[in-house]
Amino acid sequence: MFDKFTLRALPDEDEAMRGPLRALIAARIANLPADRRARSWLGFDRDLSLALGRAGYLGLTLPRRYGGQEKSAYARFVVAEELLSVGAPVAAHWIADRQSAQLILHFGTEAQREAYLPGICRGEIYFCIGMSEPGSGSDLASVRTRAERSGDGWRLNGQKIWTTFAQHDDYMIALVRTSGGAADRQQGLSQFIIDLKAPGVTVRPIVDLTGDAHFAEVFFEDVALPAEALIGQEGAGWAQVTAELAFERSGPERIFSSIVLLDTWIAHVREVRAKDVAATALIGRLCAELATLRAMSLAVTAQLVEGESPVIEASLVKDLGTGFEQSIPALIADDLGSHPDETVSPELARTLAFVTQIAPSYSLRGGTREILRGIIARGLGLR
Amino acid sequence: MAWGFADMDDITFLEPFERLLKDLSSPRQVRAIEAGEDGHALWSGIAESGFLDALMPEASGGAGLALRDVGLLVEALGRYLTPFPVAETMVARALLAQEGMAMPDGAILLAAMSGDVARNVPLALVARHALIDTGSAIVLQEIDRDALPRPSVHGGLAADIRLADPILTLPRPLQGLRAMQAVLDAAKMAGVAARLLEMTVAYANERVQFGKPIGKQQAIQQQLAIMAEKTVMMRMAARIGTGCAEWPSLAAAATAKSVTSAAAVDVAAIAHAVHGAIGISEEHDLQLYTRRLQEWRVANGSEGYWQRQLGDIRLAHDASSSAAFARAIPPTA
Ligand SMILES: Cc1cc2nc3c(=O)[nH]c(=O)nc-3n(C[C@H](O)[C@H](O)[C@H](O)COP(=O)(O)OP(=O)(O)OC[C@H]3O[C@@H](n4cnc5c(N)ncnc54)[C@H](O)[C@@H]3O)c2cc1C
Repeated sequence: MFDKFTLRALPDEDEAMRGPLRALIAARIANLPADRRARSWLGFDRDLSLALGRAGYLGLTLPRRYGGQEKSAYARFVVAEELLSVGAPVAAHWIADRQSAQLILHFGTEAQREAYLPGICRGEIYFCIGMSEPGSGSDLASVRTRAERSGDGWRLNGQKIWTTFAQHDDYMIALVRTSGGAADRQQGLSQFIIDLKAPGVTVRPIVDLTGDAHFAEVFFEDVALPAEALIGQEGAGWAQVTAELAFERSGPERIFSSIVLLDTWIAHVREVRAKDVAATALIGRLCAELATLRAMSLAVTAQLVEGESPVIEASLVKDLGTGFEQSIPALIADDLGSHPDETVSPELARTLAFVTQIAPSYSLRGGTREILRGIIARGLGLR
Repeated sequence: MAWGFADMDDITFLEPFERLLKDLSSPRQVRAIEAGEDGHALWSGIAESGFLDALMPEASGGAGLALRDVGLLVEALGRYLTPFPVAETMVARALLAQEGMAMPDGAILLAAMSGDVARNVPLALVARHALIDTGSAIVLQEIDRDALPRPSVHGGLAADIRLADPILTLPRPLQGLRAMQAVLDAAKMAGVAARLLEMTVAYANERVQFGKPIGKQQAIQQQLAIMAEKTVMMRMAARIGTGCAEWPSLAAAATAKSVTSAAAVDVAAIAHAVHGAIGISEEHDLQLYTRRLQEWRVANGSEGYWQRQLGDIRLAHDASSSAAFARAIPPTA
């Protein structure tokens, strides 16, 4: 049943993007210490996103008429890999480029495509994901934020939470109830594109355990939404959000979150105890896992290229990938802790401290481990 | 009957190969061989099929296939628990043929040793010859089955192999036999794990407790999801090894064997946990599969050995990026 997991190779033309892209990224991150780069898709840098847009690295799979590059998902894989593997601060454009643009392309009207896609491709307009609410995490169908018809448009009331970078972004694509009640579950849900500058929208950043503030809570009080804020079909929100999550979960981002820490630590080992057997084995273990997970992620990308929606496969890679990402700080902490008299650079110490604290979030964001395993179990025919 | 491989792709010849194994390498037949029967029907069936010459150059009468063409066959050998070193014999015959050597009859093992003994070599009791990598050369020697110690595990066919008088000596391939054998073990473990996953999911859907199949319990579903993840990871890692055109690189072998060996432990543990007591009985087939995972996990270097090998390569590598390093490990088409 997992026949799709076979060895794949990237097309040469996509591989060829690496050189010039690497040069662009290197120039932008030259002054960022490892502990800043470790934030990766939690690092917000408008200038980097604009530069990537100008150079044609965003909207890679979108049609040219909307400013895209009409390349395959392999091209996005290469670009994501180059950005994430060095910890480039990609948060500004990340969600728009990864999933909002796909959603708008597939479910939006022509006017919506023209309104948003070119700006996304230029790295100018940024989106956030309005799924979670205080009472709705894993049980997403229980959302209570509600849009009611009002004149030609809609009136929105409710609250979203944990919305990554709502405080800096321009728009949210939100899943809200448009008819029925909680008992109707997946029925009666719709998605809207919400202008976060609209009257009645309040965004309050939430400080996380590391002291950063990347996510936020977003309140809607009688927000007037025009008719064209509805994206896709009224009542089809659940099917659309499921398609959106497939884009969210299927990219290579689920293996690289701790890679800056890994490389910083390997540099340390190489310098202070290159002959250490336990550290050498640990380096080998993590590189072997990385190579294997990367091959798996590439196989999922191949499915995207072939027009499939690899929901189960993506869940499988995400669960394994986040487990790998989470193991890295724990294993490295033990390695360094096993040598209490060794000097560790403040940069490595800060990077390890940051990744250790933030790592539990890797298997929460984008769907928890238990939910993903439930999807796999369904694929196995158990539910 | 021999199949003409040359005009088949790997999928087309996989099917007859699997049919052959299904007929001749069933758990019942495997048990008989483990109990001491000579397994003549199975071995001669395989020999007559021509598959043993799959990797031999066409000029020597072989099919001239590359390792990457036979990876799925090796996975099938694991899946069907085949109690003969079939893949090993394929490799050995190719090496012998390349040097224009006479071809011995029967199954040939691969073993690597730096001293004068290779510990616990799987399938030693059913092989006639061993091709041994001494670190400087490859030597062929006969195996005297009667002189081998009894296997340490119930039902096992592994034994220590000691260096004896060589029949002949061959030049050593660059990466040595251990890298190749590790890749073959990885592919066989991936095949075993895939079969175990099917068996375990089927059992979870069948076995009723508390008035419903145990597979309806979320705790069991989560365990089986992990088992599926590890199984797919093993298969992908194995293919990084078997995807090599000729001899596997050390890094590809290390990736294949370290990942499959580590995951094999989890896969075997979950398979047993879900099967409950029935899986502890000799009569149930589960033990045939989990025993192999445990054996092959340590054979030719467990995860610890191969992790050190790969770590050494990474530290010697000048690239500062693990992503670039990992990207270069799988063979390219
Ligand atoms: C850094 C970060 C960024 C995020 N960004 C966004 C964002 O941009 N937009 C957005 O909408 N959301 C975002 N989220 C929220 C994220 O999607 C949720 O955290 C996630 O869906 C889980 O919901 P919850 O936190 O309410 O946990 P809960 O759903 O309350 O789960 C708590 C625990 O119970 C388990 N559990 C729940 N239900 C079941 C079940 N049926 N069976 C077994 N176990 C179960 C869970 O697996 C988990 O272990 C973000 C979260 C984090 C940490």
